[in-house]
Amino acid sequence: MSLLQIKNGHIIDPANGIDKKADLWIEDSKVVAIGDHKGTADQTIDASGKIVCPGLIDMHVHLREPGQEWKEDIESGSRAAITGGVTSMCCMPNTGPHIDHAGIARQIIERAKQVGLCNVHPIGAVTKNLEGKELTEMRELTRAGCVAFSDDGLPIWHAGVMRKALEYSATFGYMIIQHAEEKELTKDGCINEGWISTQLGVQGMPVEGEDTMIARDIMLTRRADARYHVAHISSQRGVEMVRSAKAEGLKVTTEAAPHHFALTEEEVLGFNVDAKMSPPLRTEADRLAVIEGLRDGTIEVIATDHAPHHEDDKRCGLSCAAFGIVGLETMLPVSLDLVRNGVLSMSDMIAKMTCNPAKLLGLGSGTLSVGAEADVCIFDDKATWTVDREALVSKGKNTPWHGKQMTGQVTHTLKAGRVVFENGTIHE
Amino acid sequence: MKSFKHLFGIADLSREQIEYLVNLGDSFIDINRRPLKKAPTLRGKTVINLFFENSTRTRTSFELAGKRLSADVINISASTSATSKGESLLDTGQTLAAMQPHVVVIRHSLAGTCEFLAEYLDNTAIVNAGDGAHEHPTQILTDLLTLKQAWGSPEGKTITIVGDIAHSRVARSHLLAAKKLGYNMRVVAPKTLLPAEIERYGCEVYYDFDEALPGSDAVYMLRVQTERLTDACAFPSVREYHEAYGLNAKRLRAAGDECLVLHPGPMNRGVEIATDVADSVKSHILSQVEYGVAVRMAVLAALCGGEGGDES
Repeated sequence: MSLLQIKNGHIIDPANGIDKKADLWIEDSKVVAIGDHKGTADQTIDASGKIVCPGLIDMHVHLREPGQEWKEDIESGSRAAITGGVTSMCCMPNTGPHIDHAGIARQIIERAKQVGLCNVHPIGAVTKNLEGKELTEMRELTRAGCVAFSDDGLPIWHAGVMRKALEYSATFGYMIIQHAEEKELTKDGCINEGWISTQLGVQGMPVEGEDTMIARDIMLTRRADARYHVAHISSQRGVEMVRSAKAEGLKVTTEAAPHHFALTEEEVLGFNVDAKMSPPLRTEADRLAVIEGLRDGTIEVIATDHAPHHEDDKRCGLSCAAFGIVGLETMLPVSLDLVRNGVLSMSDMIAKMTCNPAKLLGLGSGTLSVGAEADVCIFDDKATWTVDREALVSKGKNTPWHGKQMTGQVTHTLKAGRVVFENGTIHE
Repeated sequence: MKSFKHLFGIADLSREQIEYLVNLGDSFIDINRRPLKKAPTLRGKTVINLFFENSTRTRTSFELAGKRLSADVINISASTSATSKGESLLDTGQTLAAMQPHVVVIRHSLAGTCEFLAEYLDNTAIVNAGDGAHEHPTQILTDLLTLKQAWGSPEGKTITIVGDIAHSRVARSHLLAAKKLGYNMRVVAPKTLLPAEIERYGCEVYYDFDEALPGSDAVYMLRVQTERLTDACAFPSVREYHEAYGLNAKRLRAAGDECLVLHPGPMNRGVEIATDVADSVKSHILSQVEYGVAVRMAVLAALCGGEGGDES
């Protein structure tokens, strides 16, 4: 038995409404007390001036294993995660092979356990081979550990297939996560369609590509009484539609990625390939709408869409560069701007990357409840550091924040009571 | 004039730089008309024309420009395969740069190719000979030299540009130049061939060609790729396109007797332009071709630090 005391920190545990200066006590792998506790600590972490919260959850990550390990693998992704304070993440099924049968899901979970730094929960594919035609064995995938279903990277394009996917998943209570993109409208596009794409002379992806798909899906969700989650929402009208669907009582939820509430399409000027992702960075009006959605609760989750790519996939000019940016290591400091700008309380921001996604996906993590697994993130919300792409722990160096100063830094990450990350050092 | 390292687009040039290049081009017109068409300006310099897209006139124009200034000119036509265009582009660029040319002239179907390659090529000046729908600066300098011969200055004039604006690098570069030099642009196209928020260039947008013609000092017809019209549902047929947006002598009368006709070539007779206009005295299309050589001589000279490429 080993007793760990994290003392003098400001504990924020939104699931339990805790927001106070106190000590956190961990015995072996579990939280045993917040506040006073009998016994002498074997190990102490001084968290004075810091915030102590549940380990973060990133419900939208591409780990690239199996199949594209030169871009990222479960180990490198786990190391990047804990560097960013993330102790649980959900990995999307667009691997090779895809996560469309139970064996792959089990293999990923097993590999993540071997690495032992971060929980990895697979998202199962909705359709076999992500082809958008036949449904996967969702029950079997769920038994293997999949926590939701998506064809992310691709939309579930055909309305008929989407209807059946929603109805079938609703039968068993599963959630469908949609990459909302009408490809007929966005094909050959590489950035948001508008003034920037016009000036650069590149094919744009109109915002209606996202909006028409969300509109269609909400109608199908209403009929199926299904659980529908919009991945990486980026458009003003998309946020409005989710808001009204919620008001109507539909089981519609959504997430926003830090780049969509921190950056706009202006970032692409100069043909910046590290500002290319799908959905693309959009206008200031869209960015502000996403922020408003976060503020009023329309958007309950912050998730990164961490999409590591090899340099070769990006080093070929804007039009043919791969879509996606890395995000695990910058999620917290970028999101802290929402607190600094008065959009969210610290507790509400933390909720969007802890208990909210945990509740949506039934993970059981994301809290510091007594008896819970001691996944903990300790951060200094005032510490500053500068993003250096070469210093990123992820194999992917594709970040739009290279050279930018961040405020807010993770100092410790604990996984099941073990300090796995401490002031820049990973303890394997 | 402030010297510059590359020529990516009109966006990067000041009014003074544009006027300098046009005037320098003007001074080169004579060489092209002499029996002995050679000046020693670029002796010992190497120019590589790297064309990833088919082009006869622009490539020939650059080639003649270099040769008439005594540069050693190499032409490379590289094909683009859809799958490996990125890698081959960078590798090709770096390979050529390793051979130490002074200038690489690039045409590519992807916007931003010059900016992208410039990051990896040291000691080589890059000239954009057209990148996707982004920019085509030497075409605009050519047009400005053509208009200089006709008008002296384009300031205050109105140029009406017609056709596939959405995919036109010529249109974009002109819209940028218009703002810097003080001429007006009218763009004419169906909505299916207009890019988003085009009016933010400060131009007037017309859907009706006949409405746009009165008051135009020049009409600039863009080449229309017929397969782009129908395959992409931009227009139902060539016939209907010509009827709505094609220029013929009868239609041109609305613009008055002084109105010039320009076209970057190659022309689709009977599509965007009728033969009666293309071959008329109002057409300056062949002048554009002639002055194109002179302007490209000016660009190469300026980039090689030859004739007046430094501060002046």
